[in-house]
Amino acid sequence: MNLNKVLKGLLVAVPVLTLAACSSNNETDAGDANANATQPVVADQGMSDAEQLRQQLEALRQQNTIYFDFDKSDIRSEFASVLDAHAAFLRARTTISVTIEGHTDARGTPEYNIALGERRGQSVQKYLENLGVAAGQMSVVSYGEEKPVDAGNTEESFAKNRRAVLVY
Amino acid sequence: MNFRWITKSVIVAAALIASCAQASLEIIITEGVDSARPVAIVPFAFVGATKPTQDIGQIVSADLMRSGKFNPINAMRMPQQPQNSSQFNASAWDRTGVEAVVMGTIKEVGMDRYTISYELVDVVKAKGGVGQPMMNAAGRIVGGTNHILHASEITITGKQFRQYAHRMSDVIYEKLTGERGAFSTKIAYVLVRDRQEYRYQLVVADYDGENEQVLLRAKEPLMSPSWSPDGTKLAYVTFERKQSQIYIQDVYTARRSILTSFKGINGSPVWSPDGRKMAMTLSKDGNSEIYVMDIATKALTKVAPHRAIDVEPTWAPDGKSILFSSERGGRPQLYSVELGSNQVSRVTFEGEMNLAGKYTPNGQAIVMVNRTNGQYNIARMDRTTKFMQVLTRTYLDESPSIAPNGSMIIYSTLHGSNTQVLALVSMDGRFKARLPATNGRVKSPAWSPFL
Repeated sequence: MNLNKVLKGLLVAVPVLTLAACSSNNETDAGDANANATQPVVADQGMSDAEQLRQQLEALRQQNTIYFDFDKSDIRSEFASVLDAHAAFLRARTTISVTIEGHTDARGTPEYNIALGERRGQSVQKYLENLGVAAGQMSVVSYGEEKPVDAGNTEESFAKNRRAVLVY
Repeated sequence: MNFRWITKSVIVAAALIASCAQASLEIIITEGVDSARPVAIVPFAFVGATKPTQDIGQIVSADLMRSGKFNPINAMRMPQQPQNSSQFNASAWDRTGVEAVVMGTIKEVGMDRYTISYELVDVVKAKGGVGQPMMNAAGRIVGGTNHILHASEITITGKQFRQYAHRMSDVIYEKLTGERGAFSTKIAYVLVRDRQEYRYQLVVADYDGENEQVLLRAKEPLMSPSWSPDGTKLAYVTFERKQSQIYIQDVYTARRSILTSFKGINGSPVWSPDGRKMAMTLSKDGNSEIYVMDIATKALTKVAPHRAIDVEPTWAPDGKSILFSSERGGRPQLYSVELGSNQVSRVTFEGEMNLAGKYTPNGQAIVMVNRTNGQYNIARMDRTTKFMQVLTRTYLDESPSIAPNGSMIIYSTLHGSNTQVLALVSMDGRFKARLPATNGRVKSPAWSPFL
C-alpha cells in the first residue's frame, strides 16, 4: 500500500518532537472510498519536523475512513493496512491524539444509531490499541446518522455513510 | 449556570422573542377517513369596521378535519348560515346528515378588541325526542336548550384569534368525542438547512406548523428534544463542543443549562412524569446504558445494565417502569424494567427489530418503530392482547411522538427525493398527513404536553 510506504519513509527520518501545534482542520474526509490521491513523498533529511508532520498528516487524511457492513461494527480486512499506517504514526507521535468519529446510515432510529456509531468508533479504537497505540491518544465520538457524507438513500449512499473517520 | 446569548458555536433564543420564521410546515392530508363525522362550521358573522385577518371558522374547520374524526362540510352545502341558536332551523339541517353545527359572531368592540361568541348545536338533539326541545311548525326550536352543547363569549385582540380558535377546537372536539382536544399544543423539532452556517436549528411551532420559532441555531447536530411535563422546558442533545452533551433550555426565557457532559454518549433525555428525574443513555463506562438522573442533585442510577447496546429510555405513564431498546436478545427489541426491583422483561417479539418505544398516554398501548422485511414503519402494540398493527407505509420512519390526548402520532419519514419530513398518523392508522417543510430537512419531532 502506497500510504504505508510514504509513512514508513517519513517515520524513519522524523525525530519525535513534542509538537502540540497540530492545528488540524476538523473537516472530515469527503468519504470517497476510492480516494487514492496519495503522492509518494521521499523523505528528505533536510525537511523540518513541522514539514514532515504536515506531510504525514496530509497523507493520513487521504485515507482516514473505514467502512462498515450494514448493522455491523467489525473491521473488514481490506482496511487493515490503512489502520496499520495510522497506528504506526500514532506510536511514533505519542503527543498527537486522534478523534475517531463513528457514523451510520439513515436506517434505524437516530438514538440507536448513536450507539451503533459509537460501537464502530470503539472497534477502530480497539484495533489501534492492539497495534500498540496508547488509549490516551484516542477518543471516540459518535454522530450516528446525523452527518451523512451522501444525503442519498440508495444502497450506495448508505454504504458511504457507514463509516469511522480518523480526525487529527 | 453561565448563560450567554451568543456563543461561538450556537445562537440561543426564546420562543417569545425569537425571530419568527415564516411558517415552513404545512399539513397535507394524504389519507382521510371515510367515516369522519360530518359537522358544519358556519362562517362567523362580523359586525364592525376592520375585519381581522385571521378567519376563526377556517382555523376550527382545519383543526377538526386534521383530527381525522370530523369532516367539516363546505359552506356552499349549508342549508342556512345561522349566527346563533335562535336562528337555527333544525329541520333544515336534518337532511344534511350533519351531526353538529358551530355558529357565532365576531363584534368589533374597540381598538383591536373583538368579542367572539359562539354556540355548538347538536342536530340530533335539536330534532327533538323525549325530554328534548321541540320544534314548532317552522322548524324553530321552542323551549329546552339540551341541544346547545356549548356556548361561550370572550373579548380578545386580533393577535389572539389563532390561539383562541385552537381553544374553541379543543372544546368542540371534547364535547363531540368525550376526549380532550390537543389543538393548543406545540411540537418541537430539529430543522436542518444544509447550506447555512448554523445549519441545525431547534424549533418550536404550533401543532399545525404555524408560529414557528427557532430556539437554538448550531453548527453541529442537535438531537432528541424532549418536553418537560409542564411544557416550559426542552431537554436536548447538542454536539456544539464536538461531543454529545445534554442541555435543558427554558422555551420562553431561552435560559439554558448543561445537564450532562460525560465521556461518550450523552443521549435521548426523557423527563419523568413528575418532572424531577431524567432518563437518558450514557456510555461513560464504555457501553451505552440506561440511566436515571435526579435533576436537582444530579445523582445517577444505572438501570438494567447489560453489555449489549441499551438505548431510548421512555417512562411508563405511572413513572414506575422504563421502556427501552436493547440488543441483549440479539437484534434490538423493546424491554421494560421495573424501577423498584430492576426486573427486566422483554416486551416485543414481532418483527426483525423494534425501536423507539413510547407508551400511549393511557398506558394501554406502545407505539414504536418496527422493522419487517427491511421496512421501517410506525407500529402500535396493544399491551393486553399483544396485537401489533403497522400503521404507516412511508419510508424510513423514525422518532414517533404521541399527542397528549393519544389521538395522533407525529414522526419523521422520507418523502420524495430524499427529503426528511414530518408526518402524522392517527392511532388507528386510518388518517394520514404530511407536514412538508418549504426549506430544509425536518426530524426528531416531539409533541408537547397539554399547555
